Amino acid sequence: METLIALLAGALTTAGIWLMLSGHLLRFLFGLMLISNAVNLAIFTAGRLSMGRPPLLEPGGAPAPEMANALPQALLLTAIVIGFGLFAFALALTIRAFRAFGHLEVDRMRLAEPEPAEPELAGPELARPEKPAGAM
Amino acid sequence: MSWIVALPILTPFIGAAACLFLRNRRGSGWISVLTALVSLGLALRLLVTVMENGVIAGQVSAWPAPFGITLVADYLSAAMVLITAIIGLATALWAMAEIGPTSARLGWFVLFQTLLGGVTGAFLTGDLFNLYVWFEVLLISSFGLLAIGGSRKATDGAVKYVTLNLIATAFFLSAAGLTYGATGTLNMADLHRAVAEHPDQGLMTVIAMLFMLAFGMKAAVFPLFFWLPASYHTPHYAVSALFAGLLTKVGVYALIRVFTLIFTHDQGWTHEILLWCACLTMLTGVLGAAAQSDFRKILSFHIVSQIGYMVLGLALMTPLALTGAVFYILHHIIVKANLFLVAGVSRRLTGGSELAQIGGLYRAAPFLALLFLIPAFSLAGFPPLSGFWAKFLLVKASLDAQEWLVAGIALVVGLLTIFSMTKIWAAAFWKPHPGGYEPVLTQLSLRARALMLGPMAALALMTLVIGLMPQPFLSFATRAAGQLLDPAAYIHAVLGDKQ
Repeated sequence: METLIALLAGALTTAGIWLMLSGHLLRFLFGLMLISNAVNLAIFTAGRLSMGRPPLLEPGGAPAPEMANALPQALLLTAIVIGFGLFAFALALTIRAFRAFGHLEVDRMRLAEPEPAEPELAGPELARPEKPAGAM
Repeated sequence: MSWIVALPILTPFIGAAACLFLRNRRGSGWISVLTALVSLGLALRLLVTVMENGVIAGQVSAWPAPFGITLVADYLSAAMVLITAIIGLATALWAMAEIGPTSARLGWFVLFQTLLGGVTGAFLTGDLFNLYVWFEVLLISSFGLLAIGGSRKATDGAVKYVTLNLIATAFFLSAAGLTYGATGTLNMADLHRAVAEHPDQGLMTVIAMLFMLAFGMKAAVFPLFFWLPASYHTPHYAVSALFAGLLTKVGVYALIRVFTLIFTHDQGWTHEILLWCACLTMLTGVLGAAAQSDFRKILSFHIVSQIGYMVLGLALMTPLALTGAVFYILHHIIVKANLFLVAGVSRRLTGGSELAQIGGLYRAAPFLALLFLIPAFSLAGFPPLSGFWAKFLLVKASLDAQEWLVAGIALVVGLLTIFSMTKIWAAAFWKPHPGGYEPVLTQLSLRARALMLGPMAALALMTLVIGLMPQPFLSFATRAAGQLLDPAAYIHAVLGDKQ
């Protein structure tokens, strides 16, 4: 069971990285979402999987002789909730970026870090030789 | 539950709640100043208590140590909390003159206080997963503060900042999960024992590297710093100053905590990597700054370069080096926040931050020029300012460790820092304004001048005091480094006698 979930986490990470490398902001976020789910699975598995055991107490209230580890589940819940909040924000930011730029291609988002050859940077004292397009 | 450790975390959140109800500019601005004042008082009390009684630990809801969430204040934590409160108060006052009604209505002051709360929480927690939660609190607040600026440029900066920090978060979370899976505990004091006793030391090193990646990204260490110069020059100046002072230092603090308390089992590997990362961070940061021509971008790259010095102190792991690292962090936070505040006033007076387009500040405001010179020279390491002692300690420590190359890099980087600072000085202060227009300080209202220059003067005064009377600060940093190198007191405070 552990092996299966570990492999699943690996597959999710692979898919996530592939999406993140696509250079499109929305796909990047989807990739990140897959990776964060892979991380959640990894935490869950690292805390040992146990099937059909009660967490802490038997249904009647007596302490269970063999119980499931409740802590990784608590960590996981916290991580899921936090991740949900972060993604909601990231998606809102994506919408805003799309409205501001008209596209979501990461390579073309250079407003805060313009190419060195852009005219607004070439002031009277700081004029520099032009660089070929696409150079950092 | 020891309230003295919990109150510095709770206060900013109470302030944030109050700001949420009073979203007009004046009201929430003054509430945030009041909250910052109370936080400062509480932080001072915490520091005094720690200095009198040694390490203090508090168990949340009285759950005993390795099971519940622990809050711990040792010398380093208490000092970081105090410096957070100082920067918080300075920027809270300064922000009153910068933040407009729209930003205030959108909750700028609310996020400002939650950010301070998150930073304080990260400094005080003694639990790895809780540290993750505080990181998220400060991260989501910083996202909001970045985006509230509203300009297209700020959105661009925010996209890069948010996405790269989310990756760091994934690393941190998986490292914390694997740590729990391997050792069965997330309490930092308990982990000190658990990691040392773990049969598979190689696995511990792998986990340590995951933490190094996660915190290195937050601390903007080479080669993980690209989000910083992409975003720090885009938001409100008060936000820039706050981020520049505090956020990366949370990453450095976490690195120091984790690599002195928990993962000290394989220093030949982990600390050697830190050492070379530190050198490359110093170099790339300062060279990046030399290539920039925007006031805030130059300063942003210098944050990166200065982070290198702090990580260098950690990487050498000698008492003197850690003393230097602690001293460096404390001096740097004050200096860097102040420089960004100077950039903010300069923008108000000259209308820009691109060095080619501004000028004439020396004639307009000699006092502002002085307020720039003190932190700028301190950053570059001129005696007798605070940065001199910080750099002196680290260079001496690397010479003592016979790391000649490292010491050389640290000195050269200091020299190149002077180059960047001179560039700003010559362009923004000495040369006349290229628009043929003469900025004057009275462009700012009397209220704005008091709110902006007051905190800046206070921070500059602190830099001078640390520089001219370094002895008490040095002996404090020495004791903080002693606690880091010998965590017995920390562990005893958290776990009591049942270790």
